[in-house]
Amino acid sequence: MTPDLMEAGAERVARASGIHYVSGSTESGGRAADFGRHVTPGEVDVTHGRILYLEDVSVSFDGFKAINKLSLDIAPGELRCIIGPNGAGKTTMMDIITGKTRPDEGTVFFGSTIDLLRHREAEIAQLGIGRKFQKPTVFEHLTVFENLELALKTDKGVRSSMLFRLDSAQSDRLAEVLETIHLADSVSRLAGNLSHGQKQWLEIGMLLMQDPKLLLLDEPVAGMTDEETARTAELFLSLKGKHSLMVVEHDMSFIRTISEIVTVLCDGSVLAQGTLDEVQADERVIEVYLGR
Amino acid sequence: MSKVVLPTKGPLLSGKGWTAFFVALIVVCALAPVLNMWVPVDSPLHMSDYAVALVGKIMCYAICALAMDLIWGYTGILSLGHGLFFALGGYMMGMYLMRQIGRDGNYKSDLPDFMVFLDWKTLPWHWTFSDSFIATLVLIVAVPGLIAFVFGFFAFRSRIKGVYFSIITQAMTFAAMLLFFRNETGFGGNNGFTDFKRILGIPIATQEMRMTLFALTGATLLGFFLFAKWLIGSKFGRVLQAIRDAETRVMFSGYNPLPYKLTIWVISAVMCGVAGALYVPQVGIINPGEMSAANSIEIAIWAAVGGRATLIGPIIGAFIVNGAKSWLTVAYPEYWLYFLGALFIAVTLFLPNGIVGLVRKWLSREKKKTPPPEPAQDARRAVAAEQGVEPDALASLPVDAKGARA
Repeated sequence: MTPDLMEAGAERVARASGIHYVSGSTESGGRAADFGRHVTPGEVDVTHGRILYLEDVSVSFDGFKAINKLSLDIAPGELRCIIGPNGAGKTTMMDIITGKTRPDEGTVFFGSTIDLLRHREAEIAQLGIGRKFQKPTVFEHLTVFENLELALKTDKGVRSSMLFRLDSAQSDRLAEVLETIHLADSVSRLAGNLSHGQKQWLEIGMLLMQDPKLLLLDEPVAGMTDEETARTAELFLSLKGKHSLMVVEHDMSFIRTISEIVTVLCDGSVLAQGTLDEVQADERVIEVYLGR
Repeated sequence: MSKVVLPTKGPLLSGKGWTAFFVALIVVCALAPVLNMWVPVDSPLHMSDYAVALVGKIMCYAICALAMDLIWGYTGILSLGHGLFFALGGYMMGMYLMRQIGRDGNYKSDLPDFMVFLDWKTLPWHWTFSDSFIATLVLIVAVPGLIAFVFGFFAFRSRIKGVYFSIITQAMTFAAMLLFFRNETGFGGNNGFTDFKRILGIPIATQEMRMTLFALTGATLLGFFLFAKWLIGSKFGRVLQAIRDAETRVMFSGYNPLPYKLTIWVISAVMCGVAGALYVPQVGIINPGEMSAANSIEIAIWAAVGGRATLIGPIIGAFIVNGAKSWLTVAYPEYWLYFLGALFIAVTLFLPNGIVGLVRKWLSREKKKTPPPEPAQDARRAVAAEQGVEPDALASLPVDAKGARA
């Protein structure tokens, strides 16, 4: 990594966190990049302005290339939307990032120091990557409260689970999330009795309890009413900046509300990237959505 | 800030629950001995020796059903190999009881009779600790626990689930049964161990000893019940249920399911081992028949009949099924297996939550005259979400997307 690249990274970080940045304006003679930084194992290092970095990732199932030389990166604090026709590899990509599927080749990094391919699902979740599934997945026989409590960021070993007691800071956090996801009235209801939209919200709430640095959201507003969708958009926009988000959606009006940069996936690799208007005007994008 | 009322952690048992618990404890530890030993035989209140033996045996079975409930009802892992752990605990106790016979056997030898019969001169290595009661107590816990640990570690690490896991556990039990049937493995072959004379030097066939074992079994059952209640009430118990409902969600919430499954699997196996150790001195025999496939399946039936994922259910189930068994096998011996099969099918079809589920349904029906309205419109929305999301989503693309690739 050359000083130029590091400097460019520092600029991206500054931009993502909303700081006005002029190269050469800092006390250290413009060197905002922290060259002598300490790298702590297990902590995400975003000095280079990338929280997620995929390069030349490929995976095939029985000869079918689900992901084909996919390269993609996400900046810290960014809200990235991913669209693409069915079978484009959107869910498979999330499977690879979260450790559910091993790619045949390629590199996947979380920050610039953590190689995600070396970790298993639970470890990746503890590192700070949260995932919402396409089909809302909550613990149906547990109450809303218990669902959130399980997701809470804490020691997740067997012994500490046996002796676990919610402390007051954690209770406050739980109450706050319950408010955010509009389920404060349903604390003691079984998650299985919630409506589809509420389950989606509960799953998002569980992600918030985990306090991940990167959230992967697979079709978060499917099955929601217009009002619920609007509230979800509001929530995601409020998360942006503090967390990085990757949202896969088909609802274009929702994407229009939240998106800055949209990435179009097709046949397992990036087809186009840009603002929603740009990609919608792209000939190749129109073609894949229309068929050849 | 609006106030959100969070549920607080309830007590281990409710006031009524504790009352019931202590009543049960007094019944098994004080009332039953009095009714059996001091109430005259011709009194209608007298508890017969037959009843003591039967209830004592069923309480051992109830421990197994409770253990099965932890692994199957709460964690969703159906084991058809719990008979093995039960038998292992029984064999550990049996080895000690064989050594306690001393020179009172038919051959008047220090070695157990079957070894003399096989013309063995010394004890095999695995009988080394069999003359120590303390070592036996340790082995009763350690042997089923260790075997469960090793088996569970490899099975769960390979992410073997569902029927595949059940089949492997069944195969494991069957393999062990074949092993124990062989004379040269040193477990008495197909006759197993019997003719026990004493325990801790005290004659085993006396009324006092029978009553002591009875009370000990009852207290153990109640103790395990409390332990299970605590376990399930902790966050650990909720993680188990979460593993049952959605294991991938558990992983993506940052939990590694392997240590959780392994812990409850070993706890469950140890409980069965202890039950087996209490069973053997009461019935006076242990042989490889205890490892037969049917025995392990029966444990699952007790849990299902009583009600899975309710701790009291499997205990009730064990009592009902075994009570029916002891009556039916006398009255209509040839129909018992048909009855058991029919019972299992009936429970699976009509009582998915077992007897306890049925009672709870009745109680809640009586309680609420006006049920709270369930959100019905959500179902429609859910269906819409499962299906045609793609066409809708594409509608806002600049070009009409009717020909979108499916």
